[in-house]
Amino acid sequence: MSLTNELIQQKLIEKFGDQLTDWVQPYGMLTFTAPKELNLKILQFLYDDPECKFQFLTDLQAVHYPEKKGAELAVVYHLHNLTDNVRIRFKVFTDITEPDVYSATALYSSANFMERETYDFFGVNFLGHPNLIRILNVDEMDYFPMRKEFPLEDQSRVDKDDEMFGRG
Amino acid sequence: MSDHILLPEGSIEKLTTTLNLGPTHPATHGVFQNILELDGERVMKSTSTVGYIHRAFEKLSERRPLYQITPITDRLNYCSSPINNMGWHITCERLLGITLPKRVDYLRIIIMELARISDHLICNSIVGVDSGAFSGFLYLMQYRELIYEIYEEVCGSRLTTNIGRIGGFERDFTNTAFEKLEKFLAEYPKQLKEFEKLFNRNRIFMERTIGCGAISAERALNYGFTGPNLRAAGVDYDVRFHTPYSSYDDLEFNIPVGKTGDCYDRFLVRNEEMWESLSLINQAYNKVQEFKGTDAEVFHADTPAYYLPEKKDVYTKMEALIYHFKIIMGETDIPAGELYSSVEAGNGELGFYLISDGGRTPYRLHFRRPCFIYYQAFEELIKGGMLSDAVITMSSLNLIAGELDA
Repeated sequence: MSLTNELIQQKLIEKFGDQLTDWVQPYGMLTFTAPKELNLKILQFLYDDPECKFQFLTDLQAVHYPEKKGAELAVVYHLHNLTDNVRIRFKVFTDITEPDVYSATALYSSANFMERETYDFFGVNFLGHPNLIRILNVDEMDYFPMRKEFPLEDQSRVDKDDEMFGRG
Repeated sequence: MSDHILLPEGSIEKLTTTLNLGPTHPATHGVFQNILELDGERVMKSTSTVGYIHRAFEKLSERRPLYQITPITDRLNYCSSPINNMGWHITCERLLGITLPKRVDYLRIIIMELARISDHLICNSIVGVDSGAFSGFLYLMQYRELIYEIYEEVCGSRLTTNIGRIGGFERDFTNTAFEKLEKFLAEYPKQLKEFEKLFNRNRIFMERTIGCGAISAERALNYGFTGPNLRAAGVDYDVRFHTPYSSYDDLEFNIPVGKTGDCYDRFLVRNEEMWESLSLINQAYNKVQEFKGTDAEVFHADTPAYYLPEKKDVYTKMEALIYHFKIIMGETDIPAGELYSSVEAGNGELGFYLISDGGRTPYRLHFRRPCFIYYQAFEELIKGGMLSDAVITMSSLNLIAGELDA
């Protein structure tokens, strides 16, 4: 395997400099954080670069970190280079009050449903998405249920102490 | 009500017909709604609506200890639940750094490949039913029963299996399980051969499926296809080979690929994969039989913090009692970490993206469901074709509503 995590990291740093941060490799997968304005530029660079060739979007989803003020929502991209069989992951963080992230649908047709799902559950507003409507939840829903402020069970119940059963 | 399902303006004067296919229609094999715009019998445009059986699995997972998430994974692709279960166990084991004894790996391969056969068997025989050939379905369906009996012997249930535990299996395979496996391995090839004789070179079936619902390799990759549907388009990507798990790298197998990505190629690729699965089961079974002495009784790894102790030990040994209590109450903290792990499920790459913050439940768990991702290509696949082609395209994609809607 010629394409190593170090090489990808070096190429990305050459191109984008120190805008990319938090380089880690949990369980062998290269992971970094990027400013949200750069997400399409990074995807395009990784797609076009003759060595990187990350042309398969494996997965796209969001994570909500309520305690990170100003960067509550993380959109996570998993990319796969099928010829060298290398995977990488990168995240962009966005403010929950203004959750605008550029849509990757122009580059990947597969991003269409994945972004709709992410919008449906986290409320990430993908700019440039052709049809950003709810996909799995009912259309009448007026909140984004995977955010952490919505606990799974009815909070008015007093007969059950949630501390004993997973997250409260 | 929503504004995007309503009829378009001027629909009375228009020359095309709007047809509502689904949500519950006999030809859709699941709860899918497609609003088709038809010119005579040709599909001009279609709009898919999904989510009818959404059950909030990702939200549920955020409150469950690891072992309680396994039953959730059953309900993704319920035609091959054991692969989903194993995929989840493998994810947990990777997170926890557990290595499994080889025998467990081979037993898992046997179960996973049986599940793959039962998945492909349904898909292919249903393609037959939808194209008007019912008897193939009856030929193969009885063999799913044999597979389910093997599951039953190992874990006690048939459809939603909840098979295996983190670190291995809940109990060793009994002799009856192996006998049933041998019976299946002896009888199924003959029947599959017969099935192939009925279909593979059948002129009517070929006319019906060749060129129907075709997709190029480039478009398939762009749409995030994985599994048999991608391989039918000519890309030899298989998670079992590219990111080996559960000792698949010890065994020999081929990756069948198609060329045109149409219904016929998907059908052939699935048939070929059943043969490969049979060969994999045989190889794994031979390896299982090679273990002698105490090695031949190993069916789980030594991970007391995650694997339930034997019940009789719970009554007599203090450590076993403590671990039993901690596991059942979900008191064991998961190490913090972030992991994407995937397996080759019946429909393609089934991925688990797990973020743990060190609590007792995952902080976030996302399922990469292959169905959900490739279903968006359906509109493009059926455009310009006949209505009846749309029906077999749908069944040959092997859409499983449970996986689609999670």
